[in-house]
Amino acid sequence: MSRAKDLLVSGVVLLLGRRGKPKFPAEHEQRIVEPGPPNRGAETVVLVLLVLVAAAAIAFMVIFSFERLAHQTQYLGLALGGAFVLLAAACVVIAHKLIVTEELQEPYPDLEHPQEIAEIDQIVDESGSRFTRKRLVRMAGLGAIGTLGLAMITPALSLGPAFATQKLKWTPWKRGRRLVDSEGRPLKATDVEEGSFYTAYPEGADRELIGSPLVVVRVPENELKSRHDWAPSGVVAFSKICTHAGCAISLYRKPTFAPVEPRPALVCPCHYSTFDPADGGKVIFGPAGRALPQLPLEVDGEGYLRAKGNFDEPIGPSWWGVRKGKAYSS
Amino acid sequence: MIRGIVRYVDTRSGGAPFVKKALRYVFPDHWSFLLGEVALYVFMLLVATGIYLTFFFDDSRSMTVYHGSYVPLHGASMSRAYESVVHLSFDVRAGLLMRQTHHWAADVFVAAIVMHLLRVLLTGAYRKPRDLTYIGGVTMLVLALLEGYLGYSMVDDLLSGMGLAIGYSVAMSLPLIGGKLAMLLWGGPYPGSPSFWPRMYIAHVLIIPILIGLVLSMHLLLVASRHHTQFKKSPRETERQVVGVPTFPGQAPRSLGLMFGTWGVLFLLGGLAQINPIWLWGPYHVGDATNGAQPDWYLGWLIGALRLVPSFDVVVGGYTLVPNPFWGGALFPLIVIGLLYLWPWLERKLSGDEAFHNLLERPRDNPRRTATVLALLVWVFLVFMAGSADRVYVFLGLSYSHQIWGYRAAVIVVPILTYFAARRVCRELLAGEVVQELHEQAKSEAVSGEVSA
Repeated sequence: MSRAKDLLVSGVVLLLGRRGKPKFPAEHEQRIVEPGPPNRGAETVVLVLLVLVAAAAIAFMVIFSFERLAHQTQYLGLALGGAFVLLAAACVVIAHKLIVTEELQEPYPDLEHPQEIAEIDQIVDESGSRFTRKRLVRMAGLGAIGTLGLAMITPALSLGPAFATQKLKWTPWKRGRRLVDSEGRPLKATDVEEGSFYTAYPEGADRELIGSPLVVVRVPENELKSRHDWAPSGVVAFSKICTHAGCAISLYRKPTFAPVEPRPALVCPCHYSTFDPADGGKVIFGPAGRALPQLPLEVDGEGYLRAKGNFDEPIGPSWWGVRKGKAYSS
Repeated sequence: MIRGIVRYVDTRSGGAPFVKKALRYVFPDHWSFLLGEVALYVFMLLVATGIYLTFFFDDSRSMTVYHGSYVPLHGASMSRAYESVVHLSFDVRAGLLMRQTHHWAADVFVAAIVMHLLRVLLTGAYRKPRDLTYIGGVTMLVLALLEGYLGYSMVDDLLSGMGLAIGYSVAMSLPLIGGKLAMLLWGGPYPGSPSFWPRMYIAHVLIIPILIGLVLSMHLLLVASRHHTQFKKSPRETERQVVGVPTFPGQAPRSLGLMFGTWGVLFLLGGLAQINPIWLWGPYHVGDATNGAQPDWYLGWLIGALRLVPSFDVVVGGYTLVPNPFWGGALFPLIVIGLLYLWPWLERKLSGDEAFHNLLERPRDNPRRTATVLALLVWVFLVFMAGSADRVYVFLGLSYSHQIWGYRAAVIVVPILTYFAARRVCRELLAGEVVQELHEQAKSEAVSGEVSA
């Protein structure tokens, strides 16, 4: 029995040994990488980690295969992220326990190659020795290439109507145009309550234009400081687009400190430019450099709010020509 | 087996000597040298997840009405771009994982670049012969900021639209040419022509990634050809000799570990930590905005700068020479980026140091430089913090306008104080080292005196 066992063991050893024979006999070996002792414990850890990586990868595929699974994104992330973290752990164990950390030293590369530098200079110089008017040719060459370069980038002007900045002053608002809410229902003056805030659009026009959206509020008539004839029964309308950076003004702030802020103010949520609705949209805080353009209003026979004309000035963020000329709609 | 493969490749490429050299390339060892590597690995993941996202994204702003599986948005009018991202998030398996991982990766990408940049600035790693490498790095930072901005803009959710409106206004605010430039880029008055979205898309998925890839290749090539810098840890590290771990086997498993670890963490974040839930923001319309809007962190410094400027436009003869957003949205970043670009040259001019440097300085070794870097950092950081004053108001009730006035003063005073404080600390640390050295010298002399006695 024990003899059979011995035979079996020696057979296995022989069999495995044949494969594991070193390619280079140790005595001839001139190692490049420094030697180090084996570390079977760390090897086992790496093996376990690698098996877990495969398990997590399989888990990812299994989770993916479900048509609808609650929290599928979380499980997928856990499996895939977990697989990579485990793989990273295996690498770290290999780096610290199974690889010899050698410390090599070598000279830094030469900073300069004076010989080659001189030769390149010489080659270029000698190559042009048949030219007699070098400066002129060089200038002509640069001029030609520069002009051609300009020609090559000229088609970029087709991207947009760069010289049509006049269009920046266009809005769809004109005399008689009704104000409608976001559902398209015409807005009545009596719909506008004090202390509340309404967004309105021009009836029958594209709402995705920068000149379309309005903010409408009601100011007590005795508090109105200017433009009384633009505000039927205290209802005032301004462009909803902030004159600072083009965001939609969507805050209507209650007075926070009465002596300084007696009335609610219109506030842009992007950079907190603050405008006074009772005083022609004047800037009272924040970075905006221009008052909020106001739309003159009137009320028709049925009580609907209508524009009495276009804005008093171009709407939206400022540019070079924003203070020259008026908003137009024709 | 390995020998066979190497022989196959070598006989066809002649690459064996190069590979041999690359395997034994010397990496000086310090944890801070890994920050740039993190950025590289994140970039790889951004490309991979980004390619996946392109298969599902629609770059059109033509309007449609939503009827998908996310019920709260039923019947809402939205662009096809936004609809395709909502669809990707709810109806494509692993779609949300990839999208969130991509978004997290973008945030980490810029963070890793900034940390890497700070390391390079504080240790003088940008000095000759690595100033060109450094300029490539700053260029990648600029490209990464632009890439991130386009990435979250083209989704066309409410925050995208607000960000684009601000970008449009900053373009408009450039003196003289602003209006023309905005019309050219957007193809018409905001929100621009329908072609603007496909253009943004092609810039985000093709033009800028290729530019980053090119600059990145140059950056790595230059790093390898001039070799890494190193700290002076022993007499063996000199300006002429580099000491470190070879690529293989020493450095390879560490770098791979870092790479897989970075990817693992990003996938975990992408799966477990919600980011940019666009279905909660809703689709963008020109007339809509939301309160509490905050951009991705790396644009926070621009929001802060735009908010800090007091109300004025510079008007000359009826023409608006400098519209307000120029100061915070264009001039401020131009100053910061310009300073970063000119930094190696400025230092050479101011210090007169034209020599080449392979040895790094510790921050304390160069008190003036360290103080300048920290002052610049504090300046940008305070402006960044000013961008969150509205959230501080909401959570802590501190008056917004008082905070803004506080920041307006702080961005001038605190960087100056930081400069002097940091310089002092560096000098004290150095002086402390001298005392320590003298102390140890005296001690060893005393010991050797006892022995000889």
